[in-house]
Amino acid sequence: MTRAIFQALLSHWRRNPLQLFTLLAGLALATALWSGVQAINAEAQASYDAAAATLGEGTFDQLTRRDGQPIAQGTYVALRRAGWLVSPVTEGRLNGVHIVGLDPLTAPGGLGTVRIGNGADVGAFLSGRGQVFGRAEVLDALESGPEKIVSPDVAPGTIITDIGVAQRLLDRPNQIDRLIVAQTQPIRQQPLSVVAPDLTRRVAQSGSDLGRLTDSFHLNLTAFGLLSFAVGIFIVNGAIGLAFEQRRSVVRTLRALGVPLRRLMFAMAAELVVMALIAGTLGVALGYVIASLLLPDVAATLQGLYGATVAGTLQLRPTWWLSGLAIAMGGTFMASGTAFWRLAHLPLLAGGSPRALTMASGRSARIQGAIALVLLCLATILAVSAQGLIAGFALLGSMLIGAALALPFILDRVLAVAERFATGVRSRWFWADTRQQLPGLSLALAALLLAMAANVGVSTMVSSFRLTFTGFLDQRLASELYVTAEDPTQAKAMIAYVAPKVRAVLPIQSAAAQIAGQPTEVFGARDDATYRDNWTFLSKTTDAWDDVASGKAILINEQLSRRSGLTLGDIVPLGDRSFKIVGIYGDYGNPIGQAIITEVAFSSLYPEIEPLRFGLRLTPADVPELVKSMQTDLGIPSANMINQAGIKKFSLDIFDRTFTVTTALNILTLAVAGFAILMSLLTLAALRVPQLAPAWAMGLTRKELGLLELIRAVMLAVLTACIALPLGLALAWALLAIVNVAAFGWRLPMFLFPLDYLRLGGFALLAAGLAALWPAWRLARTPPSDLLKVFSNER
Amino acid sequence: MRLGQTRPRLMSDQNNEATMLLSVTDLRKTYATADGPFDVLRDVDLTLAAGQTLALTGESGSGKSTLLHLIGGLDTPDGGQIMLDGTELTALDDTGRARMRRETVGVVFQQFNLIPSLRIVDNIAFQAQLAGRHDTAWCATLADRMGLTSQLHKYPEQLSGGQQQRVAIARTLAPRPKLVLADEPTGNLDEATAAQVLALMLELVADTGAGLLMVTHSDRLADQMQRRLHLARGKIA
Repeated sequence: MTRAIFQALLSHWRRNPLQLFTLLAGLALATALWSGVQAINAEAQASYDAAAATLGEGTFDQLTRRDGQPIAQGTYVALRRAGWLVSPVTEGRLNGVHIVGLDPLTAPGGLGTVRIGNGADVGAFLSGRGQVFGRAEVLDALESGPEKIVSPDVAPGTIITDIGVAQRLLDRPNQIDRLIVAQTQPIRQQPLSVVAPDLTRRVAQSGSDLGRLTDSFHLNLTAFGLLSFAVGIFIVNGAIGLAFEQRRSVVRTLRALGVPLRRLMFAMAAELVVMALIAGTLGVALGYVIASLLLPDVAATLQGLYGATVAGTLQLRPTWWLSGLAIAMGGTFMASGTAFWRLAHLPLLAGGSPRALTMASGRSARIQGAIALVLLCLATILAVSAQGLIAGFALLGSMLIGAALALPFILDRVLAVAERFATGVRSRWFWADTRQQLPGLSLALAALLLAMAANVGVSTMVSSFRLTFTGFLDQRLASELYVTAEDPTQAKAMIAYVAPKVRAVLPIQSAAAQIAGQPTEVFGARDDATYRDNWTFLSKTTDAWDDVASGKAILINEQLSRRSGLTLGDIVPLGDRSFKIVGIYGDYGNPIGQAIITEVAFSSLYPEIEPLRFGLRLTPADVPELVKSMQTDLGIPSANMINQAGIKKFSLDIFDRTFTVTTALNILTLAVAGFAILMSLLTLAALRVPQLAPAWAMGLTRKELGLLELIRAVMLAVLTACIALPLGLALAWALLAIVNVAAFGWRLPMFLFPLDYLRLGGFALLAAGLAALWPAWRLARTPPSDLLKVFSNER
Repeated sequence: MRLGQTRPRLMSDQNNEATMLLSVTDLRKTYATADGPFDVLRDVDLTLAAGQTLALTGESGSGKSTLLHLIGGLDTPDGGQIMLDGTELTALDDTGRARMRRETVGVVFQQFNLIPSLRIVDNIAFQAQLAGRHDTAWCATLADRMGLTSQLHKYPEQLSGGQQQRVAIARTLAPRPKLVLADEPTGNLDEATAAQVLALMLELVADTGAGLLMVTHSDRLADQMQRRLHLARGKIA
């Protein structure tokens, strides 16, 4: 019996290969976009974990010098003698490779991800040439010296070695960058302030620093992956719904012939499982390709924004492809849930004729409308009250799903109005016929709506971000030349040397501090017109710069203000002094809090810090000559002198690469939506014959019918675009005003880009037009015999 | 050659009560309507012996199709009893009724209800395969008798209504059911085709020794049955 059931069920796909293709392709695309994003996230996470495991981040406290200078070997020895179980770390860059030197005998985390036995030998590691561990491509970048051991688990771009070898490679003898503090310490030990007063202890925080910093970035990627997946699932839902509807009569016949319902449902579920596995496998493979193409840009973004090194090549991780198959399976059953429910409740003696498509009955349309209304009301409430990332994403979800559910209702009302005002039989028929076709196309149009709204929303956010960021760079990078001295002596010599050649020398000096419990970087700024003229504030008192210059006031960035609740007029204690907040400024792209006090106040609070970086104000045309003379006369390497234009270009390059991924996902999502329209129109075409045949019989030519189909598709796309625009702007607002604030701590102003929207609308129309072209052409060539069958009693 | 095989007679066939293939007693069925409950069948009694043919006539809405559906296990009554081939159909659950439909009963629908994605040859064999009684030679014979040999590799949509109904009849007879139920089997066909199809069906049913209960509006068709019952307002008149 089972064989006969499968023969009947599978024969449907054999007779409807296009439907089968739609189902498999939709599911494969949905899985591909989702698993592609997940592959990128998994690769980045693995890199962060490897880095954290190597450096003990998130697990162990760390000791560093307050002034950021290297720790002397003697300090380390003193700490060990005082009972402190600490282990030294030296790190630096050589030929672009991050070299980490550890002491394997005292490091609480051992050698991180390097396992003894996989080529590692403690004896060889510690003595003679030593050993270095890293990925093959990283080891290649290192010149001859220590024995190279390939270790794929080491963080990308990193080499692990003994601290002595690292100091030798980096040419920094006896210098230690930080000390890792073991979790278990002796009960009695001298306090740090006595043994090493110049050191500060940084407490380990759960999760790696990189992980926390990049969470928002990956969350955004995941959100886009999910959106793309949702668009793909719309296609699958449409294809499964259509297949189930077309097989209603077959199902009823099978049951009438004695097939038990349970057996039938089991057979249909098994059929879907096989399809989900096939499409899932295709999707995972496609996802791998997408991830491989996008990963280099993501890696560059993460490196540029957060300094996080992520492997630029993809590994095939079992958890990733298994989750890809699982999501394909889950998506299939999510998309087929309604169809199965209907099948289970299908009366054996239901009316004979199969329904044309998933035509929403009056009742289900009302339920859908009610759900849409509830979701849109919820979105409105959240828009007013939402704070935090989860509420922000709840707002995005309720807004997008609510709008997608409301779309058929809105379009139906618009078409009804058009029908009422139509003059002439032909145009009235056109509007009425379009309304009738709406339920069959609503899923594809909803997919188009989501894709377009995402495009409008994200392009608005990115363009607003770019505009603000460019202005912000102009403000922040006002100096024409930035110079980094190698030590305080060189700094002093440089100041004396450039004094007669420049208008101003602006030291850039900072210290780590805690303000209102938030990690903050405090800057000491020289009172200069550069700041007074270029800085813009989100809010400030009348004489903010004068107050700062007096040494009694402080400026804070937006992140610190939002996270700590500090605002204008609040008093901030810093060391043994107090400062009144007189200004809050935008600080885009900075993950942590920042504060600015005057140079004098800074020196009294942090006397040990001597500035090594400087901004020089001079005529732009004089920059090349000054760079050359400082190189010659002071021996400052050219790499330590960066002109303003260079930094701006670098920053904007990072910015542009940051959004390459989201742009790519946007285009893919729009393409998937276009595919959804094509498939819907193709599957609808056969079902449309009974509706079109009477119009043909009454005098419309087949060519005219085809043309009307084309016009109809484009017109529906235009209407959808009209709804997508405000939805996309609402999406952009939610991203900028709620999600961004929660994720990054700062709010961007929102700008509108009408030309971009027009171009996007043009793309959407083109996609809809192209999608409708083939079905319209097929309709125009429908043989008259097919149309005549509609009027035949024997059909 | 005699078509089909005569099923071995059961011990229960020895007495008169047990020779009844079908026995319907006090059958009742009520539908809920907007105007309140509507008794579509009221205390209906009927019997049908193996090999016998019976026409069920009546006006539209008299309950003919409902009675046929109840006997075929496609629906459940609100009262009364149906004994089919020694089994109390009304005592069976959904799975039991499905097995009965598969193995004992064959239904010919007015709308043909063929499987559109299967070729004619597969449609004919389909119910026999479901019942686990597929006999390729018998199916070929049925196709031959129905004049379908040249159509076997076509799909239902490529056949005329008369041809499709002949396929439906062949499919019903392929597993050699004990009882054939036919619901207006010629209702969609013209007079000449209807006569031709009915003649074939009667001939084949007789050859297989099955009982036949046919619902029809047509007095002319009903006259060709051995017995005739008339339903009026849910009761046997």
